[in-house]
Amino acid sequence: MDEIQRTLLKEVADLDALPVGAYNIRSNGAAAGRNSTANIEIVPKEDKPGIEIYIKPGTKKESVHIPVIITQTGLTDLVYNDFYIGEDCDVTIIAGCGIHNCGGELSQHDGIHTFYIGKNSKLRYVEKHYGSGDEVSKRVMNPTTIVHLDEGANMEMETTQIAGIDDTDRRTEGDLKAGAMLVVKEKILTTGVQKAKTYFNVDLNGEGCSANIISRSVAKENSWQHFDSRINGNAPCAGHSECDSIIMDHGCVTASPQLTANDIDASLIHEAAIGKIAGEQLMKLMTLGLTEKEAEEQIVNGFLK
Amino acid sequence: MLELKNVGFVADGEVEILKDVSLTINERFVAITGPNGGGKSTLAKLIAGIYEPTSGQILLDGVDITHMSITDRAKLGVSYAFQQPVRFKGLQVRDLIRLAAGRKITITEACNYLSEVGLCARDYIDREVNASLSGGELKRIEIAMVLARGTKLSVFDEPEAGIDLWSFQNLIHVFEKMYEETRGSILIISHQERILNIADKIVVIRDGEVTKYGTRDEILPELLESADAGNVACDVLTQKIK
Ligand SMILES: Nc1ncnc2c1ncn2[C@@H]1O[C@H](COP(=O)(O)OP(=O)(O)OP(=O)(O)O)[C@@H](O)[C@H]1O
Ligand SMILES: [Mg+2]
Repeated sequence: MDEIQRTLLKEVADLDALPVGAYNIRSNGAAAGRNSTANIEIVPKEDKPGIEIYIKPGTKKESVHIPVIITQTGLTDLVYNDFYIGEDCDVTIIAGCGIHNCGGELSQHDGIHTFYIGKNSKLRYVEKHYGSGDEVSKRVMNPTTIVHLDEGANMEMETTQIAGIDDTDRRTEGDLKAGAMLVVKEKILTTGVQKAKTYFNVDLNGEGCSANIISRSVAKENSWQHFDSRINGNAPCAGHSECDSIIMDHGCVTASPQLTANDIDASLIHEAAIGKIAGEQLMKLMTLGLTEKEAEEQIVNGFLK
Repeated sequence: MLELKNVGFVADGEVEILKDVSLTINERFVAITGPNGGGKSTLAKLIAGIYEPTSGQILLDGVDITHMSITDRAKLGVSYAFQQPVRFKGLQVRDLIRLAAGRKITITEACNYLSEVGLCARDYIDREVNASLSGGELKRIEIAMVLARGTKLSVFDEPEAGIDLWSFQNLIHVFEKMYEETRGSILIISHQERILNIADKIVVIRDGEVTKYGTRDEILPELLESADAGNVACDVLTQKIK
């Protein structure tokens, strides 16, 4: 692994060395390292690119790292990862994709991740996207995440994409059985002429299940973002989505939330706010001695922290 | 020393809010009071650079700051605690205290500033300065930021507003301590007799003009008398209720 690859790995998975526990490292479209443990088994798919991850029932306090890095220009990498998480687990899965491209051509990673989360299991899923390289070489990421939550299962998904990616089309879909809970925290920052589209569809099918989708985003310069969420309450359930965006320069953000209640006891809420940084926030920080530019930076960093 | 020379401010090119305000503030502790809408906050904003005067001059220690930016004034030594503190999604109390101090400070140092304003530091240091903080908590954090800055001119806009009765005495101590420790001037906008009571000088602003300016002993008795006179209407009401 060279210096650039090591940097990418550090950015997306916060790894300096090989991780403890189970892992699968994918580099330029091929496997670069894999480790299974007593409770977590990782096997390559036979019919298409990707892996299957099996987590034994009752596995607690264990983690799986599955970073993807691309440094080859002109590569389009498509991968299918399926996660089978047994009952009563409490695990963390750290995914992430880093593309370094300065070869002039487009590099792309499309990851399709499907989760089957067993009864009463708890999963924390962290996904970080990072891009580096020059301005002419395009970096594209299109992650699809499909989650099936069994009764009483609980998933918290944190996704972060802070600049560096020219085009992204994210899709997150979920279905929840009784008592399950899904929380999604998404953070996106776009600059230049970058585009980011994010789409959510959540079916709240079981009694007492709930979903909370929180998206915070900043669109700078001439970048463009589209937030599209659909929450369908098909049972007595609670759904909440929140899209909070700051636009700067000539940035553009569209938020189109949709709520559908198919049950009299479905309680669904959406909040959306799009606007520039409040003048009084800038002023307050300037009275502390910051320049306007520094104040902006602090506000944006805090907002996406 | 802060000097205002014939300062006037017209908002949006038509509404005259301050007229020909001239003041020399050389004392360590000066209180500004006066009826609602009189122009006190506007004056504070002119001093902090949030508004630019439409006429006149503002000098800080002889330096003309009339057209200086908010940032440059802050660097020169002006601090301003807002009447209505600002909320920030995402920024934590510790971030604001650190930015106010203008340097890397330890958690202990940051906590000390919070303790001074009566907040149990451990509970607050990591809180986001968002809508979840109560009005009084936010006011105290605003004061803590000015303490952390420790500049030669500190302007507080109604710091006691929203602070509960029990804590009021502690707040007075904060200002007394600040008075002892800093060499600079403290300018407090207030409607509270107990704050006016510890001021060296009192300014009264009414309808955009300085109507009174003098030592506490000159101004306070008059003010209290007129406030008592104002109670006549209340007495009528009390009688009625009886
Ligand atoms: N930007 C503005 N545009 C128009 N009018 C303004 C503006 N700012 C303040 N005013 C008006 O100027 C007057 C003085 O306002 P200011 O906030 O300075 O009063 P104050 O003395 O601080 O009152 P309070 O005791 O209620 O805080 C008020 O009538 C207010 O409505
Ligand atoms: Mg005011």
